[in-house]
Amino acid sequence: MPDLGYKNWQKRNIVNRLLSVLAGLFSFLCILPLIAVLAYILIKGISTFNLDLFTKLPPPPGGEGGGFGNAILGSIIVTTIAALIAIPIGVGGGIYLAEYSTGRGFSQFIRFGTNVLAGVPSIIAGVFVYGVIVSTRILFGNTFSAIAGGTALSVLMLPTVVKTTDEGLKLVSNDLRRAALGVGASRFVTVSQITLPKAFTPIATGVVLSIARAAGETAPLIFTALFSPFWPNGIFDPIATLSVLIYNFSAQPYDLQNQLAWSASFLLVVFILALNLLARWLGRFASK
Amino acid sequence: MTATSSSQSAHSNLDICLSIQNTTISYGDFEALKNVFCDIPRGQVTAFIGPSGCGKSTLLRAINRMNDLIEGCSLKGRILFDGADLYAPDVDPVEVRRRIGMVFQQPNPFPKSIYENIAFGARINGYDGNMDELVERSLRQAAVWDECKDKLKESGNSLSGGQQQRLCIARTIAIEPEVILMDEPCSALDPISTLKIEETIHELKKSFTIVIVTHNMQQAVRVSDTTAFFNAEAVEGGSGKVGYLVEFNDTDKIFNAPSQQATQDYVSGRFG
Amino acid sequence: MASMVALILISILVVVFWGSLESMGRYGLNFLITSNWNPVDDEYGAFTAIYGTLVTSLFALVIAVPLGVGTAIFITENIIPLKVRNIIGLMVELLAAIPSVVLGLWAIFILEPLIRPFLMFLYEDFGWIPIFSTEPLGPGMAPAILILVVMILPIITAIARDSLNQVPIQLRQAAYGVGATRWGAILNVILPAAISGIVGGVMLALGRAMGETMAVTMIIGNSNVFSWSLLAPGNTISAMLANQFGEADVGQLSSLMYAAFVLMVLTLLVNVFAQWLVKRLSLKY
Ligand SMILES: Nc1ncnc2c1ncn2[C@@H]1O[C@H](COP(=O)(O)OP(=O)(O)OP(=O)(O)O)[C@@H](O)[C@H]1O
Ligand SMILES: [Mg+2]
Repeated sequence: MPDLGYKNWQKRNIVNRLLSVLAGLFSFLCILPLIAVLAYILIKGISTFNLDLFTKLPPPPGGEGGGFGNAILGSIIVTTIAALIAIPIGVGGGIYLAEYSTGRGFSQFIRFGTNVLAGVPSIIAGVFVYGVIVSTRILFGNTFSAIAGGTALSVLMLPTVVKTTDEGLKLVSNDLRRAALGVGASRFVTVSQITLPKAFTPIATGVVLSIARAAGETAPLIFTALFSPFWPNGIFDPIATLSVLIYNFSAQPYDLQNQLAWSASFLLVVFILALNLLARWLGRFASK
Repeated sequence: MTATSSSQSAHSNLDICLSIQNTTISYGDFEALKNVFCDIPRGQVTAFIGPSGCGKSTLLRAINRMNDLIEGCSLKGRILFDGADLYAPDVDPVEVRRRIGMVFQQPNPFPKSIYENIAFGARINGYDGNMDELVERSLRQAAVWDECKDKLKESGNSLSGGQQQRLCIARTIAIEPEVILMDEPCSALDPISTLKIEETIHELKKSFTIVIVTHNMQQAVRVSDTTAFFNAEAVEGGSGKVGYLVEFNDTDKIFNAPSQQATQDYVSGRFG
Repeated sequence: MASMVALILISILVVVFWGSLESMGRYGLNFLITSNWNPVDDEYGAFTAIYGTLVTSLFALVIAVPLGVGTAIFITENIIPLKVRNIIGLMVELLAAIPSVVLGLWAIFILEPLIRPFLMFLYEDFGWIPIFSTEPLGPGMAPAILILVVMILPIITAIARDSLNQVPIQLRQAAYGVGATRWGAILNVILPAAISGIVGGVMLALGRAMGETMAVTMIIGNSNVFSWSLLAPGNTISAMLANQFGEADVGQLSSLMYAAFVLMVLTLLVNVFAQWLVKRLSLKY
């Protein structure tokens, strides 16, 4: 009878076990930061969670109480502006790439450009908008403003939206397209009535993910939207956002401000993780 | 010598190499193949034939524990190799695969040189003889030496499909297994390459036990000594067709005087 | 509308280049190799920040590549049950979603105090090595490197995972079929087949690490004084921009733009190279 038994102390088996344990250890190290960050945010964020955070303004340095209602509102405003700019342009660009372009020359270049733009550091988007909008006072003589911040964020959202639209539409079968064109529908009707609705879920997933990313971005806002300790005063003025608040308050030597930074982190992370899980759920919904 | 009391054990007088005993293989909840009994004799060529989807590849992969690579694939029953249960809990699948080699349906050389393709398996199996000599011997045995001898340093992918398949056979021979499993080794090949591989199989029979899956009746007749015919049928409450072994006997008998009507229909091409 | 992408990309280049013209004219290439950054005397050289950018991202890469590729292997080769693998994969993806500024906050208050004793040990026992030659007193390059590792791990893991999943099943079967052990197959056959995709992912991660701003800004110490030591505070181009751009005067602004241009060119090169690698891969399979 041949001996087929697993020999614990054979060299190759020891090596294999060691390498597997090592890979497992690496995986553990990989998820450790997530666990540690979430744990601290929960501990530090929940312990002081109260309604004042939503309704009050940040306290002056050394002051007491307060919240960051203005930053919550500001984050919503700036992200909305970014979405309003990036989604129409991005979806439009994606539709062009997938439905109208020939797939050669120009559109290849655009796809390449989209990937390159996705790799541009976020701070550079800030520098760019600073150069175009803030320093030139192009918007009615205003410098730092909510709209400048929103524009900077939209530069970062754009490639994601273009890419997911392009890829989502490419998944729609060509038979469907030919069928619609075959019964005499125009290009435009085909795209708007047939292919776009079919590709809705992947596009929506991509859009949700890009919003989640934009909501947490800080670097492009520091010198475009700036910050403001007051309630938002229209979109042509500097505005507070949660992410910039975390940055500013983490550097202050006061416990209270640090504490507010943790609470803001808690809120931001909960919001972003919720959006991510929503996108995931959308994706699962689509595959059914 | 008893007459075939059950159609599943044709050769009670022969040396049994592999004994498949009441084996049921499932992918998740789906039973692909049910209650197979079959004794594969040593030193012969055994062919598995049957319609598509009846579980021939599934059974073949079970014999060298290749199914371990497929998520959710499980096996009930026993497969004995020289009396040792391949699915006993302490069995090392690597040991099994070193004794029972496999040639796949699609030629799949490593993206390495022809020489390395052969040397890799031998080396990890602890071969410490003359590697050049082993490479040459294996390539010769697989009838592909003439085509390869001048380009041993070139990539295995630079060969034609038929040559690649014979390279894969050579690679399997080089690990010096006792059994070689072949899953439709000629399905991607032209008639001439097919013929070459069939000749190779005849050669190899002298030193190995061979199990071959084929869709080509003539091929089964040409190369095999015994043949197992599988079929599949829908069962109540099942999610798909379940495969089972219909008849197992000498190749002559299967093709000339089968005992089952289904076999008769299949081998004469009247199937459906 | 599609051309908007190209338009934006080109205008970013033009705006940054235009803004830095003055400083380019004044310092030329000397800007890249001098390290005094002095707004008071209006003298600028970006070597400290360039050194910081390169050193932090390269060290981060050296740590993150084995961790990320190891994790990718762990969750693609069936070493543990599929359910557990999927959970690990999900967690790594969620790690990518945590905003940089939150990681920075965590680095300031949790990570840096936690690792300081270890950095102290490096300084005391290995201080003769230039990169450990200063006393760790708080923010510095070392914690910045660690937080960068956390930020690029998900990218490397995700791309390595995709590349490994794309290795054809036939190749796996070939390896196991000749009696390779699990790691024999992984190291000799599967990993080599996936390597160009993985390298592409690593390059993308490098681009990300060089441009990463917030977490680094918050923990690196923002010092314009040059030091070889990883335990000393330092600076990166993006951290410098985040810190000084808002309140810079004209001369400083131009030099900052110049630094931004350097960063832009660096990340662009790395990204284009990464894309080229990934494309070459998709042609091969
Ligand atoms: N990896 C797998 N996962 C799930 N089901 C599988 C898998 N492989 C095969 N099956 C199913 O098992 C059954 C038997 O498949 P198998 O490949 O063994 O058939 P076969 O007899 O080799 O067919 P063919 O002659 O076409 O190669 C089929 O119903 C198939 O759908
Ligand atoms: Mg088959």
